[in-house]
Amino acid sequence: MELTLPKVARTLATDATYSKATVYHFTLFFLQFAECVMKPEQIASIAHLARLSISETEVPVYAESLSRILSLVGELERAGTAGVAPMAHPLPGLTQRLRADEVTETDQHERYQANAPETAASLYLVPKVIE
Amino acid sequence: MSIHTKTLPQLAAGLRAGEFSAVELARHFLGRIEAHGPALNALISVTADTALAQAAEADRLLAQGKGGPLTGIPLVHKDIFCTQGVRTTCGSRMLDNFVAPYDATVVAKLKAAGMVMLGKANMDEFAMGSSNETSFHGPVKNPWNTALVPGGSSGGSAATVAARLAPVATATDTGGSIRQPAALCGLTGLKPTYGRVSRYGMIAFASSLDQGGMMTASAEDAALVLAGMAGFDTRDSTSVDRPVPDYAAALDRPLKGLKIGLLKEFFDKGLDPDMERSVREALAVYQKLGATLTEVSLPSIGLSVPAYYVVAPAECSSNLARFDGVRFGYRCQDPKDLIDLYKRSRGEGFGAEVKRRIMTGTYVLSAGYYDAYYLKAQQVRRLIANDFERAFGEVDVIMGPTTPAPAFGLGDKTSDPITMYLNDIYTIGANLAGLPALSIPCAPVRQLPAGLQIIGRHFDEERLLNVAHAYQRETDWHTKVPAAYE
Repeated sequence: MELTLPKVARTLATDATYSKATVYHFTLFFLQFAECVMKPEQIASIAHLARLSISETEVPVYAESLSRILSLVGELERAGTAGVAPMAHPLPGLTQRLRADEVTETDQHERYQANAPETAASLYLVPKVIE
Repeated sequence: MSIHTKTLPQLAAGLRAGEFSAVELARHFLGRIEAHGPALNALISVTADTALAQAAEADRLLAQGKGGPLTGIPLVHKDIFCTQGVRTTCGSRMLDNFVAPYDATVVAKLKAAGMVMLGKANMDEFAMGSSNETSFHGPVKNPWNTALVPGGSSGGSAATVAARLAPVATATDTGGSIRQPAALCGLTGLKPTYGRVSRYGMIAFASSLDQGGMMTASAEDAALVLAGMAGFDTRDSTSVDRPVPDYAAALDRPLKGLKIGLLKEFFDKGLDPDMERSVREALAVYQKLGATLTEVSLPSIGLSVPAYYVVAPAECSSNLARFDGVRFGYRCQDPKDLIDLYKRSRGEGFGAEVKRRIMTGTYVLSAGYYDAYYLKAQQVRRLIANDFERAFGEVDVIMGPTTPAPAFGLGDKTSDPITMYLNDIYTIGANLAGLPALSIPCAPVRQLPAGLQIIGRHFDEERLLNVAHAYQRETDWHTKVPAAYE
């Protein structure tokens, strides 16, 4: 039988010798060594945050592949990064350029709205939001 | 010599000598696209009318003795570049009905330089993929062996130029999407320095990594196209205000004294032994030309794939939030409320790989995880950039293989995203550090194209092209065309 972290935690939790607090800290201690495993409910929550509809059958598929991606990404932990400044811009010394706060665009809404799924009176239409 | 195997300077000379007109040139390539494009699935749209109109305009200019080195030269744009009045899908169902209301700066600049657009190239959906198998329009086939992938995400651009359906194709590179398909299809592919080429109108994937470039047969051709594409653009806040050098003028500089750094970590156990042999043969050519080889080590480069798979999905989840089914793009049928409209439009409009990356990005940016993932990845990114900076204190260019192995089979890696991601193991570093890098064909591996990667200092494209051209003067791998397309 493969011993996974949830199984160990469950075994400990059902053993009256250990208090709930001990089980909790024990689990936390081991979690940091465990491979990150995405649970189906986490996938559903991420999909909701990302505003993506995901079918029931897709959930385990994404749980598996995201777990594998996160375990690949977990390799970053080996890097010593104490005191290293995060790099947001790939060119040294450069940051995003700002421009003067002036109107530079002309009104072209008709051209742009030609691609919209639904418009009326130059407005984008969506299902009713306010009851 | 056939028209479609000529170099850009030969085509330009032919146009001026009246050997063929720009309209005849456009018709010749359109004929090739008609004959070979569908079987390779290389193009999403063919713009024959636009091409013939632009070619007629080029002929008019040429007749007056006007125009430049690119006037009348046909090209295909990767379908990630907005083309005014022409469908721009980004390889996605989400944008299948999207007709761009404006031209990307790259498109406008090459149009102004007189180039003739033949169509739009197939690509991995939103440039997310390494095999061109994530496209809503179906996979592209490798002209060297149609059972194999052309690489990705610019797989359609690569197949187009490899089969000589066009002499030039634009492309983009976020983690290797120009260099890897160029390597797998036997082409010269250049990813310029971050900020060198405007990204206005180039549909965003990961904004701190994306850069536009091109695929051509040779470095000489690439030099001419880069000169037409590069330059400052006020419409792109990441565009760098620096003059554009005359890349073609620098091509013939002697290489004597050039210091080449051999990237130690790229010659590891993951590298196909035949590929290693091919790359080392190419390095020997450089030694013969007077360059010196030194081994350089980038201790943190091994973390580039993990760092990339935090940074790129994080930025993608943010960039792709704009596709909401409201202003443009796909909208689901009969949404019951606004949330349903967002969720189903995005759920149905995006393919599996795009959704996977959006969710990965959403997760790593979600509350409580930012420090562990995004911040950590940005710190590791700094370590990688510092490694390159140290190495460039000792050498002028860094060389190694572009990919671990030659082209793989269609369907071979689609079931496991990690195996697919590892195909970009040698290319991602240059994106993280914002460095220019190119891939040129070296000796084939088991009858398939192989790529030598050359990475340069920031804004040192002149030297990259010069170094690539020197090799192409000594060898003829870049002139090879698959037998079916000669």
